[in-house]
Amino acid sequence: MSDRSTNLPDTPPAFATPSAPVVAGEKRLPWLRIVFGVVVAVVALALPYLNDPSTNQIFCQVMYLALAAMGLNLLTGYNGQISLGHGAFFGVGAFTTAILVVDHGWMIEATFPVAALLAALVGVAVGFPALRVKGLYLALITLGLAVLFPLVVKKFVHGSGGVALLKPKRSQVSSVVDFWADDIYRYYVCLAILVVLFILAWNLVRGRMGRAMIAVRDQEVAASTVGIGVANVKVWSFALSAAYAGLAGALSVYIDRTADATNPIVYFQRSIEFLIAVVIGGAATIGGPLLGAMLLVAIRRRTEGTEAMAPALLGGALILVIYVLPDGIVGGLRRLSTWIRGRTSGGAPPPDGAPEPVAPAPAPSPT
Amino acid sequence: MDALNDSLFVTQFLNGIGLGAVYASVALALVIIYRTTGLLNFAQGEMALFSTFVTWWLTERGVAIWPALLGSMVFSFFAGAAIERLIIRPVEKSKNQLNLVIVTLGLFLAINAVCQLLFIKPGQDQVLMPLMFPGGKLNLIVIDIPWAIVGRAAVLAVECAVLYLLLQKTKIGLALRAVASNPESSRLVGINPGTMLMLGWGIAAVLGAVAGTMAASRGLGGFDTSLMQQVLVYAFAAAALGGFDSPLGAVVGGLIVGVARTLTVQYIGWLEGIDLIVPLGLIFVVLLVRPNGLFGRNIVERV
Repeated sequence: MSDRSTNLPDTPPAFATPSAPVVAGEKRLPWLRIVFGVVVAVVALALPYLNDPSTNQIFCQVMYLALAAMGLNLLTGYNGQISLGHGAFFGVGAFTTAILVVDHGWMIEATFPVAALLAALVGVAVGFPALRVKGLYLALITLGLAVLFPLVVKKFVHGSGGVALLKPKRSQVSSVVDFWADDIYRYYVCLAILVVLFILAWNLVRGRMGRAMIAVRDQEVAASTVGIGVANVKVWSFALSAAYAGLAGALSVYIDRTADATNPIVYFQRSIEFLIAVVIGGAATIGGPLLGAMLLVAIRRRTEGTEAMAPALLGGALILVIYVLPDGIVGGLRRLSTWIRGRTSGGAPPPDGAPEPVAPAPAPSPT
Repeated sequence: MDALNDSLFVTQFLNGIGLGAVYASVALALVIIYRTTGLLNFAQGEMALFSTFVTWWLTERGVAIWPALLGSMVFSFFAGAAIERLIIRPVEKSKNQLNLVIVTLGLFLAINAVCQLLFIKPGQDQVLMPLMFPGGKLNLIVIDIPWAIVGRAAVLAVECAVLYLLLQKTKIGLALRAVASNPESSRLVGINPGTMLMLGWGIAAVLGAVAGTMAASRGLGGFDTSLMQQVLVYAFAAAALGGFDSPLGAVVGGLIVGVARTLTVQYIGWLEGIDLIVPLGLIFVVLLVRPNGLFGRNIVERV
C-alpha cells in the first residue's frame, strides 16, 4: 500500500520547467514575446466590438469558467489537493450575488467581493477537515459537497415560484457608462477581473507561497522538515481557490442572469467542467485553465442541440485528450516548442523528436 | 407479535437493510477496483447502469429476469475487463492520479449518455424492470419480512460467500491478492498483473450488474439514467466507512449506511429532501476520526 499512497504527490502533472523555457526564450527572442503579448491584448480588447451580444456572452462564459478553473488549478495543480467540490464554491458565489441583488437590491458589481469572501470562508471550513484526508479521499468528500449544495439551496432558497431559481432583472446588470453597450461593458468587467486575478495567480505561484504549495504537493513530509507550515499552506490554498471559484460564480450570475439550483446535479457537473478545463489545458500552468475553458466551451457549442450526444462526445473527447496529451495543451505546446528549438538550434539539447526530456519525471526520488 | 410488525422502527430498519444490500454491492465493486488498481472508480455507478439496461433489454426480449441477470453478468464481466484493458491501462502508465480521475469521470459522462441514446426512446422517461422477488412476506415467528428484502439480503450473502471463496480459496484469488499487495513481486513469481487487473475490473462490473438490477427492480415505477448516481454517493460512503481496502468493511458499511439513511429520514423531519447529508456526514466523521475507516489498514508513508 505504501507505494500507492505516495504516488500521487511524487509525480507532478505538468509542472515541467516553467522557468527554463522562459529564460531561454527571453535570451533569444524577447521581441517575439512582446509582439505576441501585444497581439493578444489588442485582440482581447477589440473582440467585443467585432461580435454580436450573444457571442460576447459566450466569451464571458469562457472567462468565468477560466477563472473558476484557475482557482481549482491553484488547489489541484499546484497544491495537489484534488477537489470535486468547486461547483459548490461556484454556487456559493452565485447565490450570494443573486440573493444580494434580487432580495436586497444591491448593485451587482458591489456583490463580487462579498461573494468571493463568503466562498473563501466556506473554503476554509472545508479546508480544515481536508487536512486529515488526502488524494482520492478528499475528492470523495468534496464530491459530496457538490452534490449536497443544490439540495441545501433548494431547501432554503425560494425565489420566484418558490423554486431555487433567482433571476436578477435586466436593468440590474446593465452598463453603468454611456459609451459601452451592456454586453461590451460586461465583457470588459469580466476581462479586467480575469486579467488581474490571472496575474495575481502567476505572481503567487512564482513567489514564496507558490513554492511552498508545490513543495507540499510534491513531498509533504520533506516540505515540513524545511520549515513550511503544511497545514497553513493547505488551508490558505483552499481559501484562495474557493474565492476564485466564488467570484466566478458571481460573474456567472452577472453574465447569464440566473442562479439555478433546481437541477440536483448541476453543481456537480460544474465541478467536473472545472476539473476538465484544468486537465485539458494543463494542470499547474497559468495558461492551461484559460485554454481548457476555451476548448470546453467550443466542444459544448459544437455538440449543442444534440441532447444526449453532448455528454457522450464530451466524455469521449476527454478520454482522448488524456490519451494524446497527458499533460494538457500547455504541456503539449511545451514539448512541441522544445522539439522545434532542438531542431532549429542544430539539434543541441533534446535529441530529435524526444518529447521526454521536458518532464523531469523521476523527481528527487524517495528512498 | 403485531407490535413488531407495526413498529415504524422495524419497518424502516428492514427497508434500510434492503437499500444497504445495494449500496454494499456497489461498495464491494469499488473496493475490489481500489485494491487491484489503487483507483477510485467514479464510473462504477454508470457501468452498473449499463449492465442494468442490458438486463432490462433481455427481459424485454422475453427472457425471465434471473436468466437475464445472468446474461448481463456475463456481458458485464467482459465489458469491465475490456474497459480496464483499453481505457484505463494506457492512462495508468502515466502514474498520474488526476488523469485517472478525469478518465473515470469521462467514462461516467459517456456511459450515462450512451445508455440514454441506446435504451431510452425519445419522449420516453423511464423503463420498467420486472420484479426479481415475489411480493408478500416471509413469516418468521415474531415478524414478517417482505420477500424483496429477504431476497436482497440473500443475494448480498451469496455475493460475499462467492467472493470469499474466490479470493481466499483459489489460485486465482491468491494471484489477485498478490497483485493488489505488490505488483512487482507478483510478477517475479509468474503472475501476470495485467490479467489480474482485467479480472478485478470484470468482477467489479459483475457486482455492479447485480446491484444495478436490484436497485432498478423495485416495484414502484420504472428507472431512468439517473438510477445509480445517488447510489454511487451512498456506496462511496459505505466504502469509506469500511476503509476502502476491506471487502468486509464495504459490506458492513453498506448496511450501516442503508439503515442510517432510512432511520434518519424517518425520525429527523428537516432532512426531507436533503437526506444525502447522512452519508456525507458519515464519510466526514469517519474520515476525521479514523482516516483509514473502520476496517482499513494503516498506511505508512515513506519520504
